[in-house]
Amino acid sequence: MTTIACRSVIVSFDGVEVLRGVDLDVPSGGWVTVVGPNGAGKSTLLRVVARGLVAGGEILLDGCPVQSLSRREVAKLVALVPQEPVIPPGMRVLDYVLLGRTAHLGVFEAEDRGDVEIATSALHDLDAGQLAGRTVDTLSGGERQRVVIARALAQESPVLLLDEPTTALDIGHQQEVLDLVDGLRSERNLTVLATMHDLTLAGQYAELLVMLDAGLVAESGSAAEVLTGEAVSRHYGVRVRVIDDEAGPIVVPVRRMT
Amino acid sequence: MNPRHAGPARLRGWWLASGGLAILVAGIAGLALGPADLGFGEVLVELVDRLPLVDVDSGLGERQQAIIWEIRLPRVVLGLLVGAMLATAGGAYQGVFRNPLADPYLLGVAAGAGFGATMAIVSGVGDGVGILDPVPLSAFAGALVAVTLTYLVGATGGRLDPVTSLVLSGVAVASFFTAVQTFVQQRESETIRQVYFFVLGQLRTAGWNDVALLAPYTGVCLAVILMVRRRLDALGVGDEEAGSLGLDVRRMRLITVVAASLGTAAAVSVSGLIGFVGIIVPHTVRLLFGTSYRVILPLTVLFGGAFLVLADVVARLAVQPAEIPIGVVTAFLGAPFFVLVLRTARRAR
Repeated sequence: MTTIACRSVIVSFDGVEVLRGVDLDVPSGGWVTVVGPNGAGKSTLLRVVARGLVAGGEILLDGCPVQSLSRREVAKLVALVPQEPVIPPGMRVLDYVLLGRTAHLGVFEAEDRGDVEIATSALHDLDAGQLAGRTVDTLSGGERQRVVIARALAQESPVLLLDEPTTALDIGHQQEVLDLVDGLRSERNLTVLATMHDLTLAGQYAELLVMLDAGLVAESGSAAEVLTGEAVSRHYGVRVRVIDDEAGPIVVPVRRMT
Repeated sequence: MNPRHAGPARLRGWWLASGGLAILVAGIAGLALGPADLGFGEVLVELVDRLPLVDVDSGLGERQQAIIWEIRLPRVVLGLLVGAMLATAGGAYQGVFRNPLADPYLLGVAAGAGFGATMAIVSGVGDGVGILDPVPLSAFAGALVAVTLTYLVGATGGRLDPVTSLVLSGVAVASFFTAVQTFVQQRESETIRQVYFFVLGQLRTAGWNDVALLAPYTGVCLAVILMVRRRLDALGVGDEEAGSLGLDVRRMRLITVVAASLGTAAAVSVSGLIGFVGIIVPHTVRLLFGTSYRVILPLTVLFGGAFLVLADVVARLAVQPAEIPIGVVTAFLGAPFFVLVLRTARRAR
């Protein structure tokens, strides 16, 4: 069980501050989703949690600054599911998932039977066991996303970072993947920090939503608190209707009539 | 090969055995064939005779035995070492730069070695000064200087990603050394023939001396490359993701590049610039046995050695009594063979 704490995190590229002092807490075993318009700094925030390259402030994992940890130590605490994973041509699914074991192996060590069992059970947990012998580049979008998450599970890190996990998926697979992640979270006591574009889905799965705008936390709280018509139109520059539903607020864009 | 096999990628026994068999066949051909034909059977018996506790008579005379043990065997062993090293360094470069066209000369090793050899030849010290032949030494030094320069320049790549920056820096350094070498060579035109021979590569002057010089470098460098082969697979997902998996990408790249470059520099300093092996052998292995470096690299060691020994046999038989440069043979045989593998492997999938 691991907590994430960001304390006035500043990140800049070429002198432009992409994150301008972000504070964020993810409780152990919690699910926080970061939303916000393109360029608000969502992906950057996930990246710095995984790498600790900040220009100011600090990121603490269980109270320990990420900067003070080695790559391997960070990888044992945090697993990242990237938005656009690089798929090595011709690599088979099981070998791909086994890459998740890298941090647990010595420099010159190869994976043993135990590692293969961990990878296989990660695939089974994501209902992807039957894919083990296929090559990753022949999978459909939904299958591929489950395999990439299986690789992150094989890392056995208590924190799971999901960067736009549903962007490439149809609505059926979006729901399927998020349900699987939520199930794994309670089963394995994972702490989840995600970024998402779909506000309705984001609100239905996260315990806490954080809306970033221009590198700052604009809103944070429960879905009902953050996903108000007023907040969404202010930060996204869009006209929306928010429908209250028992599953959470449903955000629907409405065309501007001129 | 069964692509649906559910276990992880790993070497199979019979793949290794086929590599060993290739080396055995190439080795016996290398010992038996040449200006004096010795016969495969006799050579095999002669080899078995040298095994401890075995005493059989090969029927070969003393002179023929001397040809095997003092002339041909060192040449075969040198071919194995150079072929294994160049092919494996090529495979390692392809992994570490994620570029299928990377070859062991990518970072300027060949240009540096060519420059070093040319300087030694031109300055006239190359005409036999006892055991330590200055041409390979100078070629080795030139190769190391060029790669080091490439790495230093590439590390200051600024906005470019580290791989692109390193490869571009290699292009610049190689062009520079080639230019200087060509300039020197033009001014000292009577040495062109000697330089030319170095550039095309040869295993001709091989004695046990060359083998002893090369073996430690090849042994250590091959061992290091083989030990990091699993991590080369992890690098396949790109620098950033590999980092998030816990890999220290910069250190890993440095270790691999140093081992591959050092081994290549040592190999070319005794064999000259034999081209093609570093690209064709690892790709052939990849097409036949799978894409994991855990499988590719060990098999490349074996098939690279066997391939170069066979190429050397052709080099000395094709236009007797002259020898053609082995670099010509590797490309002449390798290119059509590779086309064949490319076509059949695609059909099999």
